[in-house]
Amino acid sequence: MALYSEKVMDHFRNPRNVGVIEDADGVGEVGNAKCGDIMKMYLKIDGDIISDVKFETFGCGSAIASSSMATELIKGRPVAEALELTNKAVAEALDGLPAYKMHCSVLAEEAIKSALDDYYSRKGTAPEEK
Amino acid sequence: MSESVRTEIYADNAATTRMSDAAIEAMLTVMKEQYGNPSSLYSVGQNAKEILEKAREEIAEVINASPSEIIFTSGGSEADNQAIRSAAETGRKAGKMHIISTAFEHHAVLHTLKKLESEGFEVTLMDVHEDGLVRVDELEKTIRDDTCLVTVMFANNEIGTIQPIKEIGEVCRAKGVLFHTDAVQAVGHVPIDVKELNIDMLSSSAHKFHGPKGIGFLYARRGVRITNLIEGGAQEGGKRAGTENVAAVAGMAAALRETASRMSENAAHMTEMRDRLIDGLEKIPHSALNGDRTKRLPGNTNFCFEGIEGESLLLLLDDRGICASSGSACTSGSLDPSHVLLAIGRVHDVAHGSLRLTIGEDVTAEEVDYMIKNVTEVVEYLRSFSPVWRDLMSGKTQFIL
Repeated sequence: MALYSEKVMDHFRNPRNVGVIEDADGVGEVGNAKCGDIMKMYLKIDGDIISDVKFETFGCGSAIASSSMATELIKGRPVAEALELTNKAVAEALDGLPAYKMHCSVLAEEAIKSALDDYYSRKGTAPEEK
Repeated sequence: MSESVRTEIYADNAATTRMSDAAIEAMLTVMKEQYGNPSSLYSVGQNAKEILEKAREEIAEVINASPSEIIFTSGGSEADNQAIRSAAETGRKAGKMHIISTAFEHHAVLHTLKKLESEGFEVTLMDVHEDGLVRVDELEKTIRDDTCLVTVMFANNEIGTIQPIKEIGEVCRAKGVLFHTDAVQAVGHVPIDVKELNIDMLSSSAHKFHGPKGIGFLYARRGVRITNLIEGGAQEGGKRAGTENVAAVAGMAAALRETASRMSENAAHMTEMRDRLIDGLEKIPHSALNGDRTKRLPGNTNFCFEGIEGESLLLLLDDRGICASSGSACTSGSLDPSHVLLAIGRVHDVAHGSLRLTIGEDVTAEEVDYMIKNVTEVVEYLRSFSPVWRDLMSGKTQFIL
C-alpha cells in the first residue's frame, strides 16, 4: 500500500494556488523550521468573499497537499465559511492522511485562521458573532 | 536515457541491497535439498550441518577470524545487542560499569546502552565532530579504570564516515578494555582484518552486502565471554539457541564470498562515481556534504539542502525513478530529524532537508548524471514555493549553509 492516498499525491504533485499575493488583505504563517513544517497563506478578500488565495509551504508531502487542499476549500467562499474550516475537513477532502501526518492538516487550518486574524486586525474589526 | 523506459535507480543500498544471484541460488539449493535440522544425526541433518560449518569458515576467512569465533544471529541489531550485553555482564562482575560509545551510533547500540543506563551503567557518548569522525586522543582521555567496553561503529549508516578503527582498537587493547564495532555498513565494502584492527567483537548483517534479510553474525574473539540473549538449545556453541536458518546462512556466505572477491575493483568504481555525484550536487547553492569527504564509504553521499524538507524531495525523486532516503523528521516518524545529523552539528532547520544517496556496485556515470540533474531540479522546484527559502533570499533570515 502506498504511503498516501491518490488525492494527496495529486495535490502534492500538482499543488493548486501556489505562490504569493503581493497586495494580500491577510497573510498568515504557522509552524517552524525546527519541526520541519512552515505554511504561509495569502488571502485576497472582496466584500466577504475570499476572491483569491495563495500558499507557500516548506514541509513534507502531506503538508504541501494539505495546504493545496485547504486553499481549494476556501477559494471563492465567504469568509464566515473559511473561519469554520476544520483540519478534519481538509484531511477528509484528501481521502485521509496517515495518523502521524494529521498535524499537517491542523497546520493548514491554523494557517488559514492566522491569515484571517491578520485580515481582521488590519481592518480593525472582529468576525461577526453567529 | 530513453524516454520510453522508466528509469529505476536504486540508490538506497545503505538501507538494504538487492540479493545477488549467487545468494539466491545458494538459498534455493538449501531450501529444496538440504532441509534437515543441523542438530539431527542422520545424513540429511548432517548435510545441513556441513553447509552451516562451511559457511562459517568462509565468513570467518573474509575477516581473518577463526570459524569458532563466528556466531550466527538474526542480523546486525541482535549482534549489537548481544555484544554490548556480554561486555556489560563481564564488566558488572568485575565492578566496571562504564561504557563508551558515540553520539551517532545505530539505535541498536544506543537503545541497548539506554537500557543499561537504567540498570546502573554509566554511558559516555563521544563527540563525532563536524566531519563525523571520532578522535582517538579524546577516546584515550575518556577511558577510565571502570570502563568495561568501547563500542564505536566501523562506518556510519547515514553519512558513511569510516572511523579510525585500528587506532581505537590499539588504545582499547593497551588499556585492557573490550572493543566492539558495529560493522554492518562496512563488511563486504571495505577490507576488514579483525586481528590487524584489534577488534574484540564485530556485528554484521547479510542484507547490506547482497545477502538475505534476517541473518547476520557476531564475531567474538576467542576469550571474550558471550552472554546469551536467547536461551534454549545448544546451537551456536550454546551462545544462541534456536534451529539455525541454514538457507539464510548459506545465502549470506555466498553473497559475502562474491562481494569480498571483487571488493577492491568495486570500491574503486564506486568511489569514482560517488565523487562525481558529490561534485555535481555541491554545485547546488546553499548545500553541504555531510561527513568527511574522503574518509567515507565508497557508496555514500549525504547532503543537506537549505530551505526544503526531505520527505517531499524523496517523493518527487521517486516519481523520477530514484530511490533515496532522508534524515528529516517526516521520514523518521518522530518530531526530530536524524540524530546523526544533529550529532555532527547540523541544526534542525537544515537537517530536515537532508538526502542520502547510497549507490550500488553497478552504478553507471549516466545514472549519476541523471541523479545530479534530477536532484538539482527538484531542490530548485521545492525552493520556489518554500517560505523558508523566500525569507533566506530576501535577507529576512540568514543562510546557515
